[in-house]
Amino acid sequence: MSKKNRSYIYLLVGLVAVVGLSFPLEASVNSYDMRIIINIGISMILAASLNLINGFTGQFSLGHAGFMAIGAYTASALTTLVFGSAEGVTQELLFLVVLLAGGITAAIAGLLIGIPSLRLKGDYLAIVTLGFGEIIRVILQNIEPLGGSLGISGIPRYTTFIWTFGILAVLIFISENLMRSTYGRGFLATRDDEIAAESVGVNTTKYKVIAFVIGAFFAGVAGGLYGHYNSLIRPLDFGFLKSVEIVVMVILGGMGSTWGVLLAAALLTYLPEALRKIDLFGVSLSDFRMTIYSLALILLMIFRPQGLLGNFNPKEFAGRFKKNGQSKKSKPAVS
Amino acid sequence: MSLLHINNLTMRFGGLTAVDAVTETIEPLSLAGLIGPNGAGKTTVFNMITGVYQPTEGEILFDALSIVGSNPHEIANQGIARTFQNIRLFPSLSVFDNVRVGFNNASKTGLFGSILQPGRYWTEEKEIADKIDHLLGMFGLLDNRQELAKNLSYGDQRRVEIVRAMATDPKLLLLDEPAAGMNPTEKVELMNLIRYLRDEFKIAILLIEHDMKVVMGICEKIAVLDHGAKIASGTPEEVKNNPEVIKAYLGESG
Repeated sequence: MSKKNRSYIYLLVGLVAVVGLSFPLEASVNSYDMRIIINIGISMILAASLNLINGFTGQFSLGHAGFMAIGAYTASALTTLVFGSAEGVTQELLFLVVLLAGGITAAIAGLLIGIPSLRLKGDYLAIVTLGFGEIIRVILQNIEPLGGSLGISGIPRYTTFIWTFGILAVLIFISENLMRSTYGRGFLATRDDEIAAESVGVNTTKYKVIAFVIGAFFAGVAGGLYGHYNSLIRPLDFGFLKSVEIVVMVILGGMGSTWGVLLAAALLTYLPEALRKIDLFGVSLSDFRMTIYSLALILLMIFRPQGLLGNFNPKEFAGRFKKNGQSKKSKPAVS
Repeated sequence: MSLLHINNLTMRFGGLTAVDAVTETIEPLSLAGLIGPNGAGKTTVFNMITGVYQPTEGEILFDALSIVGSNPHEIANQGIARTFQNIRLFPSLSVFDNVRVGFNNASKTGLFGSILQPGRYWTEEKEIADKIDHLLGMFGLLDNRQELAKNLSYGDQRRVEIVRAMATDPKLLLLDEPAAGMNPTEKVELMNLIRYLRDEFKIAILLIEHDMKVVMGICEKIAVLDHGAKIASGTPEEVKNNPEVIKAYLGESG
């Protein structure tokens, strides 16, 4: 397996695994568990896309639910108001079109928001993006053709296991390849030290906007998947708490670590369901899930501030178990 | 023709004039020094040349083109590279990747090339990797190429910063206190390194330095700033014996 094609082979293996897994899952898993699995997939897409912005490029965005809302509304409105429901291959093709439309609309919003606001740093950027998310929610609440605060209902259920995890596989392919390439190093340099990055000719504003646009695109696609699974979307689904939830996934998983962020997304999405089943003195633990989230975050910040898999390097980890020979020191050309 | 020409350069921060009408010229292939007591405005001059600050007044011509108003990355791409007084590496990247970022702008790979990684992407990566290894070898850093920049020793971090600056293929290199925190042996190595850089890469070097042995040892021309104004310039001998300079450094006698 040559280094050049490795990422493509991983993508292919991932896609084949998704398709292969879908048949036994559809046959054996009940609809309640399936819902959890799909929700985990959508959370993973949201978290991995925010990781491009918060993790790789170091721009603290608190408005990711806003992009998700734009994608969800664009895709769902296209399906219900323009296309109507369809069957078979036509359905799958239409679904692809509306998902892309949702993603592209969110990406355009990302571009429009990103160009002026990415000149801001740290807390200021967080406040602007937070405001953006709220503005989107309020606007949607007041557009009557889109259902106002009742939202859009009766969206046909097109989202499947294959769609969700297929898109996730593509996103992982894109973000892992990006991170190991010219652009990814630009993102990381911008995160580490903007002034130094500029001093070696890196156009940090351009890199930040690009990360923002790609992140917004996939948040929009995730919104489309969400709408076409729940059959109902309301502005309230995309509130500030949703954005915070995605940010917590990124921080918990380890900023900049794709696999850590995916793990955290799965854990945090499954946790409320797991807690629901635990009964303590007649009280369901899921009532305390916000307390448990907070506690988990506090403990993590104390014991592992870099996140679950932050700074985790598989090669380095494997290297710990090997005795490595001492390499000889090279001499400088001049001394 | 001069490589860099600054004319009447002035920087005011509110009521404070940090740099006051400084005029200076740097010739191609020259080794020049900028000295002066703490707070004289030396780093401010660097920050104006590299676009971090916009000068209040005056002009900066690089290769006969005005660079006032350009962004730092545009100026870097025109051929001015720098290092920082307090080292600014990318701490979470390896030494190799730190230098690799310096090649980013010369890279022909765009966004889609980065994602899809076609054959020509790998050809280019290989070419750049060879160049990086060549540079790292020259500076004795080849063994550290996969180490995280933040784990290096102070002296090594300074060298990585210079290598990263050289990766942008500059015509003018600005070094801000390169000898700070170095022991005497390291200082001698540094002086040899700076001369070697100039001769090998055919560049001009302007450095800020407090260590007079280093400055007098390698600079062909020295400019002295005090309270933002240029009080003297010339060869090391001329500057050393200039009464104004002695006054600025030691104060007036009785």
